[in-house]
Amino acid sequence: MSEQPKAVALLSGGLDSMLAAKVVAEQGVHVEGINFFTGFCVEGHTHAIRQKDKDKAKRNNALWSAEQVGIKCHIEDISQEYVGVVTNPKHGYGQNLNPCLDCKGFMVAKAREWMEANGFDFIITGEVIGQRPKSQRRDTFPVVADESGAGDRLLRPLCAKRLEPTLPEREGWVDREQLHDFTGRSRKPQMQLAAKYGFEDYAQPAGGCCFLTDENFSRKLADLWQARGTREYDLDDIMLLKLGRHIRPAANYKLIIAREEGENRFLRGYRKRFHAVQDLDNPGPLALVEGEPDSDDLDTAASITARYGKGKMADRIRAEITPPWGEPYVTEVAPMPPARIPEEWHV
Amino acid sequence: MSETGESREALDARGLLCPMPVIRTEERIKQLAPGTVLEVRASDPGVLYDIPSWCRVNGHTMLESREEADEQVVIVRVEDA
Repeated sequence: MSEQPKAVALLSGGLDSMLAAKVVAEQGVHVEGINFFTGFCVEGHTHAIRQKDKDKAKRNNALWSAEQVGIKCHIEDISQEYVGVVTNPKHGYGQNLNPCLDCKGFMVAKAREWMEANGFDFIITGEVIGQRPKSQRRDTFPVVADESGAGDRLLRPLCAKRLEPTLPEREGWVDREQLHDFTGRSRKPQMQLAAKYGFEDYAQPAGGCCFLTDENFSRKLADLWQARGTREYDLDDIMLLKLGRHIRPAANYKLIIAREEGENRFLRGYRKRFHAVQDLDNPGPLALVEGEPDSDDLDTAASITARYGKGKMADRIRAEITPPWGEPYVTEVAPMPPARIPEEWHV
Repeated sequence: MSETGESREALDARGLLCPMPVIRTEERIKQLAPGTVLEVRASDPGVLYDIPSWCRVNGHTMLESREEADEQVVIVRVEDA
């Protein structure tokens, strides 16, 4: 070990991980933060795209946390490797498609790799016993430590006093007495500690930055997997699931209809990958058609798309359909009345 | 080399959404010598917040940030951080 102990802190951007890093940094340990990009973070992407979100604060909460604590922060792209965690979680899913326990183990494993590659001594997380029903329980803590390979180099400063002493405590790299004994779902102790450190304006809710915990997003992802007959996905799939109105009239195709101008602009970038449909006669949304639609399906897609534009009351409209990498052609359809779009088509 | 003698590099992060431009910036800066000036060109306005923030916490110097039409340009000097 180097003279000054070194710890890498997993920073989610939420309050707990920020506090955990601060508690250890205060003891004279050299702490650096690490934040993992899985592709499923709620922030950032949609704010950058949707017009109505333009005025929202665009800060990256992990970087903001690091700045408050006064430590460096590295952001690592693990989105490719993360596919395996989402598609095949050893410990199953939570309430939606959130593989929280596998996710935590994977992230701590990636932090361990980083620790070893950079000559650091231990890992810090903001976990609290009983804070999360799926992944933060007394019986899951050893699972994360074991499966990540971190073993007793994994320190949870916010609840360490309720756990067996870890290597950093036994070696005296940190003073166990200055660690905490938080437990349960109450946020009060964290808020008191935040006040002590002068942390304000921290992200809320704590650590909720994952689309996989969102019921609507999980339903769309499950629909995508079912339609493809495989659980594979790529980053573009994730992006498109976050945006637009998703309507599946049949198993072989689905529409993704922009809801506002920002989404219209973004979806335009995918015109070479999917069929693109737009009303030629009236202002209205761009729609992408994913799957393997035939020409009748594309007419139906044009009819549905027209229903969401200014021409929805017209008898007929001309729609332009552009196949992937193909020449656009024009079709004429009647906008579909809302009553003919059954609720079950809405993904 | 620029007129002032520093080495200049460019990173095209257009089409990427945050935090990917920050990740690409960090990856590139790891390969650059202190004193090098890196110009990042992006299309996500989030870089105007994220790259300066990343520079502050990681000890690099943000020289300039500006918008050009629908693009953002952020210029960073690599420090011995």
